[in-house]
Amino acid sequence: MRRFRIRKDEGCISCLRCARECSFGAIEAGEDRTLVFHHEKCTDCQRCVSCCPAGAIFITEDGNRFRHGSVFTDDDIREILLQAETGGVLLSSMGASGKDIPIYFDRLLLNASQVTNPSIDPLREPMETAVFLGRRPEGIQRDSEGRIVDNLPPHLELRTPIMFSAMSYGAISLNVHKALAAAAEELGTYWNTGEGGLHESLYPFKGSTIVQVASGRFGVHETYLNTAAAIEIKIGQGAKPGIGGHLTGKKIIGDVSKTRMVPEGLDAISPAPHHDIYSIEDLAQLVMSIKEATHHEKPVIVKVAAVHNIAPIASGIARSGADIISIDGYRGGTGAAPKRIRDNVGIPIELAIASVDQRLREERIRDRVSVIASGGIRNSADAVKAIALGADAVSIGTAALCALGCHVCASCHTGRCAWGLATQDPQLTGRLDPEKGAARLINLVNAWTREIKEIMGGMGINSIEALRGNRMALRGAGLNEKELEILGIGYAGE
Amino acid sequence: MKKEGEVRISSGCAISGIFCRNGKRITGEAIRKSIAVMHNRSNGLGGGFAAYGIYPQYSDFFALHIFYDSQSAREETERFLDKRFDIINLSKIPVRQTPKIPDPPLIWRYFITPLPHLLQDSQLDEDEYTSRAMLRINDSLKGAYVVSCGKDMGVFKAVGYPEDVADFYRIEEYEGYSWTAHGRYPTNTPGWWAGSHPFSLLDLTVVHNGEISSYDANRRAVEMYGYPCNLLTDTEVITYILDYLTRKQGLTLRECSRVIAAPFWTTIAIKDEEERSRLSYLRKMYSSFLITGPFSILVGFRGGMMALNDRLKLRSLVAAEKGGTVYFSSEEAAIRVIEDDPDRVWAPRGGEAVIVTLDKEAAV
Ligand code: SF4
Ligand code: SF4
Repeated sequence: MRRFRIRKDEGCISCLRCARECSFGAIEAGEDRTLVFHHEKCTDCQRCVSCCPAGAIFITEDGNRFRHGSVFTDDDIREILLQAETGGVLLSSMGASGKDIPIYFDRLLLNASQVTNPSIDPLREPMETAVFLGRRPEGIQRDSEGRIVDNLPPHLELRTPIMFSAMSYGAISLNVHKALAAAAEELGTYWNTGEGGLHESLYPFKGSTIVQVASGRFGVHETYLNTAAAIEIKIGQGAKPGIGGHLTGKKIIGDVSKTRMVPEGLDAISPAPHHDIYSIEDLAQLVMSIKEATHHEKPVIVKVAAVHNIAPIASGIARSGADIISIDGYRGGTGAAPKRIRDNVGIPIELAIASVDQRLREERIRDRVSVIASGGIRNSADAVKAIALGADAVSIGTAALCALGCHVCASCHTGRCAWGLATQDPQLTGRLDPEKGAARLINLVNAWTREIKEIMGGMGINSIEALRGNRMALRGAGLNEKELEILGIGYAGE
Repeated sequence: MKKEGEVRISSGCAISGIFCRNGKRITGEAIRKSIAVMHNRSNGLGGGFAAYGIYPQYSDFFALHIFYDSQSAREETERFLDKRFDIINLSKIPVRQTPKIPDPPLIWRYFITPLPHLLQDSQLDEDEYTSRAMLRINDSLKGAYVVSCGKDMGVFKAVGYPEDVADFYRIEEYEGYSWTAHGRYPTNTPGWWAGSHPFSLLDLTVVHNGEISSYDANRRAVEMYGYPCNLLTDTEVITYILDYLTRKQGLTLRECSRVIAAPFWTTIAIKDEEERSRLSYLRKMYSSFLITGPFSILVGFRGGMMALNDRLKLRSLVAAEKGGTVYFSSEEAAIRVIEDDPDRVWAPRGGEAVIVTLDKEAAV
């Protein structure tokens, strides 16, 4: 189904680089060093454009269009044609594209100090971004001499409130995992294995690793649980709440098979629910068994998708013994999801965080757990807004992949990622040098952290904890009263 | 225009404090003179005083100072009090009418003690029992406002310049061992008596100069523990945080200072191990109560006073000592006007609390 057109201009020097780079078979070398374009195969991944030494190639939207004026858009018709042909569920990847669902981050404006209190210059004064994630006890304890005893349960310490989201080995390549792990260690933050296990070569990054336990239990064993700073139980994911995972047998080869503990070539299907969690008491038991298996030395995170009644769900999780709640919003990315689910299920992270933070406060348990927000964090301002709405930290998946080359073409599910990220094809995975990748991730997070400091300084806030839940730092524009109420903020000018 | 409490209003200010370590009780004249020097740091929209040791004959009872908008608010509040407390004594607070302090509310004083059987049934200590009742009055009895409710202490505040407020309340007729004063410069407010400072809960009083940038994070955190913030002022939030940390969490005031004006992580890193773990524990455990942005506060409590600056010292605060008397003020001039030959004058460092208490033998 043709969406894009590949074009080149007279600058072309016929080096055929684009044909070698295209992993989707959209550009081929014909006879006499000519190029043959198969427009219908182009995913707009921009690999050819980025690699062309002459700047001669570019991709455009296909100029053809279907008859307008009907309630059926071009995409609707195209999808119907495709399904009529195949009888299949439409697959997609990356985050939801619901165009008419507002991106609330873009309707929030930040505050700054003027006259009545001073802004603080982050170049001259300390500006603190360190975050502590974990449970807090209800009160202090003192020893016989009156000294305070450290009764804080195990927790995570981050130098910056930005972490890397779960992306599994299998969905993405080992080189991506290597880059994430090395970057997280250098940055003083954490990366997350996702549900595909942890490759042995990454065991040395234990201190910066969060290992995930999902419904398929792929790659979960005692060493795995203990080779981590924290364990995340994944209940759901913003891109596909209520749906399990499906990694095709094609990607289950070699080390992926070994690490996942799934035979080569066999589809790895994670069930929609955890079959040992049908209710909140079951979750509490799983949290407890994981704590037992790790000698109560590691915090446990529970990750859920932002759905309609996220506030009571989060409160239930907070009471289940979990130390940290991770909430993934409507726009969260994925390596593969049914398109209808991705685009129609769940709620935006901004609303979810605001209502969870408020609910946990009403129940007086907000200080007991930490909250991580993810799902569509595109830049440092989004991170600041998420924290001001009530998150302790944010985590980024798609943005991290972008730093490694991803152009969000939403074709991860094909396994042919031209940037060598969402693929296991050795020809392609080699395109990412893990060391260079790590350096780019470090740059990105450092840049965002600098911007966060700049924004905080402008507001006269010199420590990130004073920003958390500080809703007065935000005002809305283009929002209705109900939206303002849920976000707990005033309108701009108020 | 919205009244204070419906909208958050920022303000600049002047503060001053006098503390007699030896327990000597002095009249309000000195503190009036000190705060009057900083006349131009206020704009006539709020002034007030807190005094400790002024009601020795009633020192076992909670002393309430209450503002009423109307007689009916008073009657309703008195019925509320009557059901829960023994009212030992009640009277209007004597004032000197002056054109400089227009439109005063009804101002009453009560000495009360919880009804013993209700106190016992509640399974609370008398402080908690009383503070809950007072928060309830402020939160839900319309037209009534409890200005102070500690023992052997009281708060006197109004809309006006602080020296005029002093004359209005005739504070020269009271004798206390500890005094704090506040002159306010709100950026916009129709002026509401309850919005003036000091702010107080039980024995704790706070006067504050500054505008904290962490306000809403702190407010939402302390409201979670049952302290509804009605005034939307920094001082209210700071008072509640200190009450929560000292009375409910059992921290010392020194420890509280390490929470609200926590040392930077880089400073904590170079401390010896024991100190390092203590300081980082306090920061992590109570991260919601870190206060950022400029502030200098004087905290009055039974038998003592604490002076504290924000960790960057973004507001002025000077301390001085002469014999057994300690002075604090936004400006040195306000100390020199009442003590021209201090033994020592110094500027406490940002985040370093100065805590003074009564000498042992003088303890009340
Ligand atoms: S990479 Fe550029 S220059 Fe080389 S063949 Fe393709 S379009 Fe031509
Ligand atoms: S990871 Fe690769 S396939 Fe997936 S969206 Fe990015 S560029 Fe496309």
